[in-house]
Parts: sequence; structure tokens; C-alpha cells
Amino acid sequence: MILSVEQVTIRFGGLVAVDGASFEVGEGKILGLIGPNGAGKTTLFNAINGVYKPRSGRIVFRGEDITGLRPHQIARRGVSRAHQVVRPLNDLSVLANVTVGACFGREQLGLRQATAVAEEMLASLGLMDKSEMPAGKLNVAQKKRLELARALAARPLLLLADEVLAGLNPQEVADMLGVFRRIRDQGVSVIMIEHLMHALMNVSDHVVVLDHGQKISEGTPQQVSSDPKVIEAYLGDPAVAQRFLEEGA
Amino acid sequence: MTKLSVEGCESGYGEVQILWGATLTLRSGELTTLVGSNGAGKTTLLRTVMGLIPAWKGTVRLDDRDITRLSPHEKAQLGLVLVPEGRQLFSTMTVAENLEMGATPGHARAEMRRSFDRVFGLFPRLAERISQLAGTLSGGEQQMLAIARGLMAKPRILMFDEPSLGLSPKLVMDLFEIVRTLKREGLTMLLVEQNVQMALAVSDHAYVMGRGKIEIEGPARDVRQMPEVRRAYLGL
Repeated sequence: MILSVEQVTIRFGGLVAVDGASFEVGEGKILGLIGPNGAGKTTLFNAINGVYKPRSGRIVFRGEDITGLRPHQIARRGVSRAHQVVRPLNDLSVLANVTVGACFGREQLGLRQATAVAEEMLASLGLMDKSEMPAGKLNVAQKKRLELARALAARPLLLLADEVLAGLNPQEVADMLGVFRRIRDQGVSVIMIEHLMHALMNVSDHVVVLDHGQKISEGTPQQVSSDPKVIEAYLGDPAVAQRFLEEGA
Repeated sequence: MTKLSVEGCESGYGEVQILWGATLTLRSGELTTLVGSNGAGKTTLLRTVMGLIPAWKGTVRLDDRDITRLSPHEKAQLGLVLVPEGRQLFSTMTVAENLEMGATPGHARAEMRRSFDRVFGLFPRLAERISQLAGTLSGGEQQMLAIARGLMAKPRILMFDEPSLGLSPKLVMDLFEIVRTLKREGLTMLLVEQNVQMALAVSDHAYVMGRGKIEIEGPARDVRQMPEVRRAYLGL
């Protein structure tokens, strides 16, 4: 196991955003984290990388309890995050943006080495020809790839990927899934939050389902997508709908 | 009889294309539902139909008239009304003032008095709170007010975007009861809903959207039984 989330609860005032969630991420595996809107997925990412401190529970990364560490401390241990809303340093070049990722990542490389890693990442994500362009000038799909390149330049052992496929066209989605398989095959573990279900189900080794902050199911993509609890979370309760129909008849 | 038709609509935001040729038809007096997973393009379709964002391609027809390029207020004058996601009430205005704002189209203005009686008949709770600021209502009351404001516009077609979002199970039932009442009165409606089971139970006709296109279409009672609906949401 590279990561275990143990009975994690996160509260905002009276709202319980994550409620006693537990799951594990296997080494070199892609874990899909799904759930309806407001299920607590991104909040859980914020707990794993130290933006939020859980009210209770533990987060253990490679045998070390990292609960309550600061985001930069967690990043140095090898947890990297690609954010849902990308915010590149718009005036800096694409290469400089990715270099920053390498400088403040797991290996904390010096500028020269960091630049070399950044170039490697740009090449692997097909952004090499944009390397001198200001990041603000990229289109949406390119910015998404830049965000992933920046996260990967930190040479993570675990990548938290939050909706990196949103806004991409079908070809770009297919290309990005190829990138995910490649980094997994290089031994990087991934937790992926994604609304594009066919893509997530296609690439995930294991899927965890949250609803109202609680884990309601986990297993292979086939197992969770046929679990009645999951279907109900996404589509509503068929029994309630049936009663409504009968009352109106 | 066809009331509203959307043919091959494409649109999106900036450079991101969301709709990739969406086609659907609302028949007069019917309740049609549009469901589909997050990001499928349901809200974008409503916004395109309403003219809140421009259609890049395709046409929107109301009673065979091409209304694709009309502005939202012109469409409202023709009786096309949207109850938006998240209610979008005027929170520092009273219930009565919000309702009055709904009666903006000319034909609705003339009938405002009668419309008040009608919506207070449907939502007695709003009558009790007539002088209260909309922002101080409960979530369920706010949703009722949003629907009532839509009705004040005297719609010929009423479109709802996720009306049950954030409501408790009891209020969800109340909401669908209201939708069913409006359906019995013969109002033509388009319902975008996250509670797929309830939406399919109450509707006549259903469309399932995925990745910017309509993937499944049919009588709601048939679509309810289709395993493809699950697939549209869960990918497998």
C-alpha cells in the first residue's frame, strides 16, 4: 500500500463533508474516486495533501502518518496534485511553469536539473513546441496538460488528479488516458477524480464511491457500476419513484 | 404537435465545445425530461435554447418559427421561460417583488393579478411569506418561489434546471407533486433533473444526454427500464 486513508472525517462548522472514509491505494495502481456532486471527493484530496486537517482519522503515506503535515511537506514526500481549476503562472513560460514543479517536488532539484526534468515532462505530454510560450496563452486542453506536466515534474510517487479530463475533446481524452497508463506503468500510483465516467472506468484498477461524505462502495469498475447502492446514489431510489407513480395513478 | 424543437445544436464556452449536435423535440402539453451525467451538457443545452449563450450551429424552433438568434427577453415574450439552477432569486427583494419581476413579459404583466392568485393557490406557503425577503426563505421555499416566478411569466413552455438539487427527500416529493399538477393542467415542460428515477416516473418523454449529444430517447416509461441509462451515468 502506498497510501491508506483511515476513518477520515472532515467538518466545516456543522457540515460533515467527509464522514469516516477509509480506503487504500495500491502501489502502481490507478484508483478512481467517484460520487455525485458534493460527495466530498475534492475535500478528501485537500485532506490527503494537507490543505485541510481532518477532524479525526489518519492518512498514512508509505508507512508514515502524514495527517496534519503542511502541503509543502507532503509534496516533498512524493504526493503531487493536478488541480481541477488550473492556475498557471500566466506570464512565465510553459517551461518555467513546469520547472517550478520540479524545484519544489520530491527531489527538490536545482534549477539546471529541474529544467531537464521539465523538458522531459513537456516532451512526454506533447507540449515541447510550446515550451517558450507564456503559459497564459495556452488553450484549455494545453493548460490541462501543463497542469499535469507540472505535477509530474515533482516526480511524485502518488499523483492526485482532479478532473484533468474536463473540457477536453474525445481525442484529447484518449491521449490523456494513454498518459495515465504510461505513468502508472512507470510505478506512479494515481488517485483520479473524474466526472467522465466511461474514461475513469476504463483506466481505473480499483474504484471507491463516496456519497454524502461516506464510502458506499468499492471494488473493480464492474463491481461498483453494478452495485445497487451506487446506482441509487447516481439515479435516485427506484422504489420511491414507483410509490410516487402509484400515488398519482 | 411539436412545440419546441432543437436541431443539431452546438455550443459551449469560449473555446470549449460542450454541445456536439444536440437534437430534441417538446410536444405540446407534454412533460419531457432531459437527464444525463455531470458534464453531459444539459444546462448548456437549456442556456442555448434560452439564448443565454449563443448557438454555434443548429436551430431552435418555437411553433415552427426559427428563434435561434432571439435574445432571452424576446424568447420570454414568446412564452419560453427558464427556472434556473440554483434558483437565482433576487435575495434582497420580497417574495411579492420577486413574483412581480417574473411578470415582466407584456402578456404576463396584463394578467399579473390573476397570476398572483394562481401561484398562491399552488404555493400557499408563499402567500404566508409575501413580505419576507427571498434570501431569508428556506431552501425549499426558495425553490418554490423560483418556480412561482417562472409561472408569473405566463409560460407556454416552462423549463426547469435541477429543481430538486439540495432539497430534503420530503421536499423533493412536494416538488414533483407540483410538477405533476402543472402537467395535468397541460403546461408544456422540459425538466432537467439529477433525480433520474423521479424524473422518469413523472415525465411523458425522456432524453438521455451524454458527452454533448442525445444518446437515448423514448417514452419515459420505457427509458426507465433501460440498462443503457445506468451506463450513461456509470460508464459501464
